[in-house]
Formats: sequence, C-alpha cells, structure tokens
Amino acid sequence: MRIAVASGKGGAGKTTIATSLAVIAAERGLTTTFLDCDVEEPNGHLFLHPALCQKQVVNVPVPQLDEKTCRDHGVCGRCGQACHFSAIVCLGDVVVVNPDLCHGCGACILACPANALKEVPHRTGVVESGQAGALRFAQGLLDVGQAMASPVIRRVKEWGAQEVPAGLTIVDAPPGTACPTVEAVRGSDFVLLVVEATPFGLHDAALAADTLEALGVRAAAVLNRVDRFVEAGRGITEFGGAILRGTMPVLARIPADRQVAEAYARGQMPIGVVPRFRQAMERLLTRLLEVARREAA
Amino acid sequence: MKELVVISGKGGTGKTSLVGSFAALAGSAVLADCDVDASDLPIILDPQVRERSDFLQGHHARVSADTCVGCGVCQSVCRFDAIRGDGPANTFSKRTFRVDPLACEGCGACQQVCPRNAIALEPVLAGQWFISATRFGFMVHARLGPGGQNSGKLVSQVRRKAHDLARTQSAGFLLVDGSPGIGCPVIASVAGADLVLMVTEPTPSGAHDLQRVVALVRHFKVPAMVCVNRWDLNPAQAAHIEAIAFEAGIVAAGRVRVDDVFDRAQRQKLTVVEMASTDVGRDIRRVWINIRARLDGLAQEKPS
Ligand code: SF4
Ligand code: SF4
Ligand code: SF4
Ligand code: SF4
Repeated sequence: MRIAVASGKGGAGKTTIATSLAVIAAERGLTTTFLDCDVEEPNGHLFLHPALCQKQVVNVPVPQLDEKTCRDHGVCGRCGQACHFSAIVCLGDVVVVNPDLCHGCGACILACPANALKEVPHRTGVVESGQAGALRFAQGLLDVGQAMASPVIRRVKEWGAQEVPAGLTIVDAPPGTACPTVEAVRGSDFVLLVVEATPFGLHDAALAADTLEALGVRAAAVLNRVDRFVEAGRGITEFGGAILRGTMPVLARIPADRQVAEAYARGQMPIGVVPRFRQAMERLLTRLLEVARREAA
Repeated sequence: MKELVVISGKGGTGKTSLVGSFAALAGSAVLADCDVDASDLPIILDPQVRERSDFLQGHHARVSADTCVGCGVCQSVCRFDAIRGDGPANTFSKRTFRVDPLACEGCGACQQVCPRNAIALEPVLAGQWFISATRFGFMVHARLGPGGQNSGKLVSQVRRKAHDLARTQSAGFLLVDGSPGIGCPVIASVAGADLVLMVTEPTPSGAHDLQRVVALVRHFKVPAMVCVNRWDLNPAQAAHIEAIAFEAGIVAAGRVRVDDVFDRAQRQKLTVVEMASTDVGRDIRRVWINIRARLDGLAQEKPS
C-alpha cells in the first residue's frame, strides 16, 4: 500500500506527520518504506537520520548534435519545430540545444531525418537511499538551477517500488498543486492531506483537494495546529470549502502545540519527546490504514 | 522602482505575511504574487479584480477515438507513461488508445509517429492571472489550475506585468511574493531582482533549505538578505542560520518573534502591521527599514 502525504502549502507539518507515521508503522512491525519526493527541499532525513549508502545520479536524456551530419542535411530545422519546450532551437544554419529546458521527450530525435542527434545524459539530480532504523529510506535531491523535478521524483518512486511489494510506503510529496505534486502522488493508493488550520493553510488545502479530485485519488485530511478558533468551527467554512463540501473526511485534528514546534526546531522528532503528540499520531495511523484499506478494496 | 523578491526555502515560514506588511509600510508599491501554487496574498489584501486573463501554456495530446486503430505506436514513444490502451472500441479496433492529461507533457512525440494522424495537440488552459486594486496599490496575481505545468512561465508572466505596472504607476517598490522551493517557479521569480529577502525559521529544515537557497541566489548573482522568523523557537539555531548566511555574504535584515498575531491578522484579513501595536509589528518595521537601507545602498553602488 502506498500512501502519499501531501499539503497545500509548505510548513503545514507534512514532514513531521509523514516521518512520525512511518516510524510508528515500522515499530508496529510493518515493512515500511519512506520516500522523500519533496525533491526541492527534502527534509525527512533531518529527522530520520538515515544511513545513506547508495547514490544514483538522475539523468535526463538530452540531444547532442552531430554538426557535420546535420549540415549535410542542410540544417533542415525539423528538430526545432518538433520541440515544444524551446530546448532545441534552429536559427538559420545553427542548431542550439539548451539542456536545462529539455524534458528528455525524444521528439527531436524522432523528427530528425538525418540521425544527426543522439541522446546523452544530462544530470538533474540524485537519488540517495539506505536505511533509517527499521525504515527503508530514499530521497530525491534536485540539483540547484535545474527546473525539472519530475524525473527525480519518478526515480525515487521507482526505487521504492523495487524489492518489497508488500508493506507500507509513505511518500512525502512536495507541497502545492503543480506538476511535481502530481508526479509524487500519482500511483498512490491513498493520500493524506495535511491541512494547516489557518486561513492561508485552509485556502491552499482547498486547492490541493481540487487537484487530488482531478487526479482521481482517494484522500483524507488531517487538520494540524488546530486552535480554539478553528475548534469552534469557524474559519473552515470560510477558507476551506472543499474539505467541508464533504468530499474529504477529516481523520484527526491535531492541536497547536508549542512543544511540538520547539522539538521540531531542535531537530527532534516530536513523537519522541511529546507523549500527547505520539498518541495522536498512533491514532492517526490506525485510522489512516483503516480508511485507506477500505477505500483501496 | 526597486524590486524586492521575498522567498523562503520551504513554504509556511511567514513569507506572505511579511510581504503584506511591507506593502502596508512601503507607501507606494506594486505587488506581485508569484506563489502561484498557493496564492495567499489576496486573502489579506482583498483585491478588486480589474483585469483577468487566461494563461494558456503547453499542450495536451488527445486521441480521436474514431480514427485510432489501436496499434500502440504512440504508447511506445511516450516517455511520460501518459498513454493507456483502455480507450473505447471503434470499427477498426476493440480498444483504442487514450491520453492521461495529467501525465501528458505535451511533447508531441506521439503525434509525430501516429500512422493514422489520430492525435491532436490542444492548448491547455493552465491558469488565470489578474490585475487587481488593493488598499496598498495594484497587485498582479494568478491562479494555477490543478496539476498545472510550467508554473515558471506563469510566474514570469506575473512578474513582467507587475514590472510594467510599477513603471507606469511610478511606484517606489515592486514587492514580489516569491515561490517556495528551488525549481522552475522560484528561478523565474528571482532572476534579475534588485534584492532577495530569504525568510526562514530556526529549525534544521530552515538551515538546510537556506543552504540550498543560498546556492540558488549565488547562481543568479542577486544580492540577498535573510530574516529569521519565529526566531525565539530556537535562538541558537537562529544565530547559526544568520552565521551561515553571513559567510555567504548575506546580511541579516532582522528577526521576527513567535506570535499568534500572524494567525489573527489572517483571520481579520489584515496585514500584521495593521493590527494594534505589537512587538511583532515593531520587529517587522525594523526589518523593513533595514531592507530599504540596503536597497538604497545598492542603488548607489550600481553604475547608472
Ligand atoms: S528531447 Fe524533447 S525537450 Fe529535449 S530538445 Fe528534444 S524535443 Fe526538445
Ligand atoms: S532535424 Fe536533424 S538535420 Fe534537421 S536541423 Fe535538426 S539536427 Fe539538423
Ligand atoms: S499511434 Fe495513433 S492509431 Fe496507433 S494507437 Fe496511437 S493514436 Fe491510435
Ligand atoms: S504528447 Fe508527449 S507526453 Fe503527451 S502523450 Fe504524447 S508522447 Fe506522451
């Protein structure tokens, strides 16, 4: 079973909750894998302290030009017309490739009548993997200055899918609603949406909920940092429409807790030092697995 | 006009609340909300939309179920696993092929190889962008549709519009609420700015993210300052973050303390500095003064 933990915005507590659930699941004897797909800012390792023993470079296949062959064909320009991302541009009799823009789609290769393009690897990031206690662990890291997160995310998911088909996989997905989030969530059996119970948080979560609905994955929400205002039921109706429309069950309400914030700030896992937070996470995992299994069946 | 872009590694560091406050303090500003995935500035600025435009970006392939012969060649060239063989039957084939729009990157490879010309590439409505009036000046903001691709392009669009507006309005400042992360949207929001303010938190993730953002800002050679928000959650970590930043040539703009006035302001749809006099309000004013001084300094250094 693969469960993605997502959020509408960063800072909602997604990593805290994802790492807590993974650790507790492993304690319960489930074969558990933690995949940090938040490849722009992977933070899970800061709390799980994995021993990372493998490193795989992620490459995107990018075209390389054989100028002579191309010129022999009169620089026909078809590659440039085929590329939808302006990553290969033909201007007069020059052809220029910009690897940073290339999606590695291969359309230019298909279009070239002269076989003047061959694909060479262009590095976009790296996948690091190993073990964090009882957890299998992998994280993707997008290289700075690289724009394309999706290939790195795909490789993290591939790593997670090998070897252990049974058990539980927790995916820490990038926040937001754009392509990296979609890539991380795709293929999951269930999604847990971590909602920060503030106006900003509820508003962003509502957008994320729409995206999940469009993707057709089943999801449930956990309201995090709930204070008295939200407990009174205000705020949610005004800012978090989608969640209250009833399309998404709320599995838990985690109260705002300065001790949790301080533990996090010290780099400690809050479940290790704040007993009431551990209990909340224990209950959340039980309910989550129940609901996810029911939905998946 | 001076352009300040406010970014954070991860989101949720209070970046948007600070931008809103700066807008209240700036006097004459144009605002750009480049956090198009999670556009929150409008919540506290109550924008009156004056202009609305569709943002068309990229393409999605679509198979015509009447023409497809089910050969599957399209699927064999698609590198994004976007083509499924579970479309409806037709007179040629028991099953046709179908494109999953949320996986399709619109590269057109499938269209090139389809022997029946059954595939069309259609432009995608990826989002919308708006020009609005707020109580602090004009704001350009946007909304990206679900799974929108290439939000970097939308960010560039928002920023370009905001630049134009700031110029025609002769605004003193262009304040940009930047995108989180280090990927394409944030690249589009940072390149060429006068000054970048990084807002971070005194947590291990804050320190870690900061290092990645430092690398990004260096990559683009943009002057930067750092502001540690909620610094009193972990004073030692706050100092550590400022030290890392300092070594990278990034000066501290000041610290802001923990206070639930951030949440209360959001609920009242106000910026933090519009709330009755608070310590946090004073923290933010100090940060703004330091930023303004740095912007003035940079303007003098720059050969005109
Ligand atoms: S592989 Fe695709 S994106 Fe890259 S240059 Fe060729 S056509 Fe453009
Ligand atoms: S399609 Fe091939 S031959 Fe034509 S310009 Fe491009 S590389 Fe040269
Ligand atoms: S290549 Fe064309 S005809 Fe063949 S399966 Fe794809 S869409 Fe159908
Ligand atoms: S346009 Fe590209 S990504 Fe989309 S279905 Fe066709 S080959 Fe796949």
